[in-house]
Order: sequence, then C-alpha cells, then structure tokens
Amino acid sequence: MRRFLISMLVLALFAALAPAASADNGALRWGGDSEGGFPYMFPNQQNADELIGFEVDIVKELAAYLGMTPEYINNAWDNLIPGLERGLYDIAINGLEVTPEHEEMVNFSIPYYKTFLQLAVRRETQDISSLDDCRGKVVGTLKESYAQMVLEELGDVDVRTYIVEANTYEDLANGRLDAALFDAPIAIYSAGFNPEIKFVGPPIGEIIYAVAVTKENRELLTKVNEGIVYLRDSGKLREIYDRWGLWSPIMAAEFNDYSPRKVEMTNYDEWAENHRPELTLDKKLARYVSMLPTFGEAAILTLKVSVTAMVIAIVFGLILAIARVFAPKWIALAATAFVEFMRGTPLLIQLFFIFYGLPNVGVTLNPFWAGAIGLGINYAAYEAEIYRAGLFAIQQTQWEAALALGMTRWQAMREVILPQAFRVVIPPITNDFISLLKDSSLVSTITLVDLTKAYGQLAGTYYDYFGTGIMVAFIYLVIGLPFVAFSRYAERRLAEQDKDGKKGAAQNFYRTSARWR
Amino acid sequence: MVNLPEASLIVIENLCKSFDDGAEAGVLNNISINIKEGDLVSLIGPSGCGKSTFLRCLNCLELLDSGYIRVGDVELSRKSVTQKPDERMLDAAHKMRVEVGMVFQGYNSLFPHKTVIQNIMLGPLVVKKTPEPEARETAVKLLKKVGLESLANKYPSTLSGGESQRAAIARALAMNPKVMLYDEPTSALDPELVGEVLQVMKDLDSEGMTQIIVTHEMQFARDASDYIVFMDKGEIVEFDDGDVLFTNPKNSRTKEFLRHFTGTGMAVNC
Repeated sequence: MRRFLISMLVLALFAALAPAASADNGALRWGGDSEGGFPYMFPNQQNADELIGFEVDIVKELAAYLGMTPEYINNAWDNLIPGLERGLYDIAINGLEVTPEHEEMVNFSIPYYKTFLQLAVRRETQDISSLDDCRGKVVGTLKESYAQMVLEELGDVDVRTYIVEANTYEDLANGRLDAALFDAPIAIYSAGFNPEIKFVGPPIGEIIYAVAVTKENRELLTKVNEGIVYLRDSGKLREIYDRWGLWSPIMAAEFNDYSPRKVEMTNYDEWAENHRPELTLDKKLARYVSMLPTFGEAAILTLKVSVTAMVIAIVFGLILAIARVFAPKWIALAATAFVEFMRGTPLLIQLFFIFYGLPNVGVTLNPFWAGAIGLGINYAAYEAEIYRAGLFAIQQTQWEAALALGMTRWQAMREVILPQAFRVVIPPITNDFISLLKDSSLVSTITLVDLTKAYGQLAGTYYDYFGTGIMVAFIYLVIGLPFVAFSRYAERRLAEQDKDGKKGAAQNFYRTSARWR
Repeated sequence: MVNLPEASLIVIENLCKSFDDGAEAGVLNNISINIKEGDLVSLIGPSGCGKSTFLRCLNCLELLDSGYIRVGDVELSRKSVTQKPDERMLDAAHKMRVEVGMVFQGYNSLFPHKTVIQNIMLGPLVVKKTPEPEARETAVKLLKKVGLESLANKYPSTLSGGESQRAAIARALAMNPKVMLYDEPTSALDPELVGEVLQVMKDLDSEGMTQIIVTHEMQFARDASDYIVFMDKGEIVEFDDGDVLFTNPKNSRTKEFLRHFTGTGMAVNC
C-alpha cells in the first residue's frame, strides 16, 4: 500500500512537470484581464474556470508557433501596462490600443486587429445618428479608452466612464445614458442581439490592437512580430475572426483578403444564444450552481487574505499601541504619525503603492502578500487605536493598586492591565475583522481573483449583475457569520463575569426603562 | 509623643514634593515625622492640604522631590528634584512598595477580572513567588479576619462598598506589610457600611499593626488613634493625642478646621 502511494506520488509529480517539459522554449507569460470582457477574453459560460475569447485563441496560436507554453497572469485592465513594466508577465494582450501615450511606455507588435468605434442608442432614439449628435447628451464608454478620448475631444458631451462594458449597455437600456460609444467588437457582443438597442452612424475613427512588450525586450518583440505575420499569412487569424464573427471590411482591406468566410461563426452564435434576454428558471439555476466552484475558490482566497491581514493587523497594531503609550516621546510621535497617515489615506492607493510602487525601490511582493500586508498594516492603525482606547479604559486606580502591591510595571501590565484591556477590545476587534473581510475586495485590483473579482467576471460573462450580486453578497455574509457569532459570544462572556457567572446577555436597561417618559 | 528616630519604624525627614503642572493642591513642604511600630496615626486636614500626597510619597507611588524616608530598614533619600532617579533609588522605591500596604479611596481598586480570593493571592504569587497552596492558606485566613470567607469566589462587581474595602485591606495584608496606609478608606461608602471597615482597622491595631489613615471620620480618629496629625498647606501644623487636639488645639488653623465639625455631633471646645 505504502509503495503504491509513493509511486502515485512520483507519477503525480511527473504529471505536474510534464507541461513545462513539452515546450522547448519555456513559458510565454501573458497578462490580460479575465474581467476584460467579451469577445477579447472572458470566462467560458459552460466552465467558468476556462478563459476563452479571440485573443485567447491568438495567444494559443502564437505560443504554438513560438514553441512556448502559454501561461496566463491575471491583472486589472487599468494596470496591464504597469504590470508589464513590473515584470509580472512578458507580453500584455487584451484590447490594448496603439496610442501615442501607450507607445511612450511600451513597444507594440504589428497589429493583429483593426477596428473602429460603434455608436449605439436605444431602439426608440431618433435624434442621435452620428458622433456630432452626441453633443449635449450623456454618453457612456470604457474608462481610459480611445472612445473616451474621442468623446472628450468632441466637447460638450457628458461622458460617463465604466470599467465593465456590460454595465454601460445596461445603463443605456434603462435610460441612464443617451448613447454608448465602444470598440465595435464590444458593441457587437454586448448589444448586437439586444432588441432594445440599435447601432447608428458610420464607423468612427481607427483602433489598432497590438501585443505590448516592454521597451527592453526587443528580442521577444521580434519573435512576436514573426508569429503574427505567420498567423496572418497562414489564414489562422482569419479563421479565428470568422469563428468569433469579427471579420469586417476593414480587416479585409488590412489583410488584403476578400475571400468569403471559410468557417461558421460558431463562437459568436454560442455567445448570442446564451445572452438572448430571459433564460428559463431551470437554466438560470443550473448556471448559478455552475458558478459555485469559482465562487468557492474565490471565497477561500478572500478568507486567506483577510485572516493573514488580520493577524498582521493584530500583532503590528499592538506594537504601534505600545509605542504610542510607553515608548520615548519621539518613537511615540513617529507611531502616531504612522497611524494618522494610514488612517488618512485611501487603502486602495496604499495597495497600489505597495504592489506597483515598491518594486521601483527593489521590494517586489507577490500579489497575495502585497494584499495581505497592505490590508494588514492599514488595519493595524485602527487596531492600535482600539488597543490604546482599551488601555485607557482601565482606571488609574487599577494600575496604582497593582504597583502598591509591589508589582513591577511589567507584572502590573501582564497580570492586571492587559487581561482587562483584552476583554474591552475583543468586541471592536472582531467587528473590525468583519469590516476587513469586506475591504479585502480591494485586492481584486492587484491581480488576485477574490470574491469581488469573481463576481465581476461571472456577472460580466452572463450579463447578470442582479442574481450573481445577490449570490456574492450572500457568500460574504456567510463567511462573516462565524466572526459575528464570536463577537456576540465574547460580549456575553463579559456580561457574565460582571454579573458573577449568571447566564445571559447584558440587560438592555434602555429598553426596560422605556416606560418612563 | 515625639518619637526618637532610632526607636521608630517610620522616619521621614524634610520630605518635599511638588508637581510638574504647578498645581498648588497636594504640595508637600518639609514634612518631618517619626512613627513608632504599632501606632495608629490619623491624618486630618482640609482637602488639598497634601494628606494624600503624603501617603503616595510614603509608598512611592509618587517619587519624592527631596528628603529622606525610612520604613523598617528600607531607606530612600534624594538631595533635590534635579537629582535624576538612579537605579538604586528606583530599587528602593520598589522595595518600599513591597513593605508598605495601601488601601485606596474608591472601592474600585479590586481587580475586577479576579475573584475575591484571587485578588488576595495575586500579590504573593506574582511578587513574592509564594507557592499556590501557601498563598491560598494565607488568603483564607485573611478573609476570615475581615469577615469575608463566604465571598471568596465572588467577583468584585457583586460586592458592596464595605465588603470591597475589607477585601482590599485583606489584599494589602497578604503581602505581610510593615505598615498599612489608608487613603480615605470610607469616604466613598454608604454611612451604614463605614463601621465594618473601621472595625477591621481597630482589630488590626489591637494586633499591633502600624497604620496611617487619612480620614474625615473624626469620631474614629479621636477614639482609635494613638495620635492625630493635622496638616494644612503642605505642612504638619500640629500633632497630638486625639482628646487633646480636639478639645484644646494650639494652632488657630487647627481650631478653624475643627470648627467645621462642631455641627456634626463632635464635641469640640474652641
């Protein structure tokens, strides 16, 4: 039996190593945003753990041509280029437009796709039929995109920017927006099948998508360029675009290929099938069940980050509090300054600073530790204040009574002050943990797929922000419950000791005296 | 009445104390007094006269500015407030706190997270490293002495004010101190509970314990004290046998102070 187990173990080890061995030229580490959206890359509706999309197909073909194994690294779209510079991955590909601003920061390959901006309005809208008609209207688009720039240059447009494209079309349909301006692929996949929305006007502008590589990595750029030329000339790219329904006259001109389509639009049809409004309840339920593994994994990550961060917060907070209360004045002052700084600046900025900023001075943390440490030291500032309040909640007489018995300062602290202060701080610290559990959603901005990120992915994929939203809220609630229960238990224990062992919670004297005017 | 230093348990010479914040109340100016072993001394005077500061200096909760204190064979002296407290001085202060028992004014000085008997055992266990069974035995004896044996396992929050103060006395006694100090031990108590606390002090006096009591209980001071010290504005104005001080005070400040108590049933001839 034992021998069998060992041989299984060895087998498993080989199996784990096998993929790396099959690609001679190593891994092609590519960065994208799994929430980046359809049709570029998005989780498969049938299997949420699998990433699909036309760019995923391109990367696969590109890697195959280069003899490398594609290795996907997830990052928020906003941070794709900083992540590239930070060395999280070798190439970034996720609808990255070739713009002068981008070109200042990275090198681009030759384009793999060319498209335009598509204006969309509600079915009944009559007064908008071109970009110029958008003046004086509310128009939604993707944050920091080419479309946003075009709208802002137009002037006199109330531009609303979104991170998730599906939200934009939802707001267009429900009347919050007058029009939506997006890259044509997004428009087609968001609203091409939506009876409430129509596309208007001619193609606007020119959008060029290319693979981003760091300025330093010229060797890889050459290889990527070779790959794209090969994929274009061999017709593999055309095939991908046909399947995804993305072949257009502009692409025909670009690739000088006016032949009729050779393969069916299978990928687009499947997408549209899943997104025609209103699924049956059965299908919907089955879909929610299929989300559970993804949410489960995300929930574990959320819990792991939160617990690690809380341990850091509790220990580091205690050090800060001790420094503020007992240390020499200048150390106390430094601790106070630190606490005020951490409480006075946004947690999101702190996380970005730790993850994207610190590598500039040689401190590179992996996403998990960057998240846990960022949350941890931020919450440490709050915990320090709770400890401090706990220490000062103890009457001076207690301290003096302990000293008068002949205890040293440390003995008095250990035997008399801390046990009492501990009882005082348990409820607020537990409370803080529940709060931290929710703040951990910010780690989704530094490439971690936690509950919030999973929500964004799945809701975006299925165009279902309502049901999925209720589901994720419920999961947060459930993982927070044990800590709520612990807080109540601690509170009850405290009340019991005050009432000399009599069971039951503290009496609510506010209620019992309610009969008085 | 005037004790010679050699024959005294407690010797205090030129004790001075003032506060950083410049507060007038509680300042001490050149206090000198010797107290014999077994004496019960009552300390009276208007509020802010320095009675409490005197007690706090004596068990080193406040470090004296200058002067000399000796309790038993523990000595502490400081030339002036500019002399930085050194290791030797802090060590003496710590020894002083071990030798001197203290009972505080409010009845909230018991440790609320410990039962009554745990409160009494804590000092010996932590400071003297007394073995647990021995500490418990002592604690039980002391509880009997102050009449609280039935409340040994109760938490302080369930005790009355009088019970709390008696437990606090037992806690201080557990360290086997050379002298007991009381800072207005009954002033926060309901009138009917005062007697039980004072009775404990009288019992201790008959056993030969040296005690210094800051109090406003004039009847008790007069009846139980070996002598009474009247303090005003940080100085000892007058000290004498209770009957003498109350019936025939020499100093006009003493007369003025005692006049306030004539209306409360105290027989004072001024």
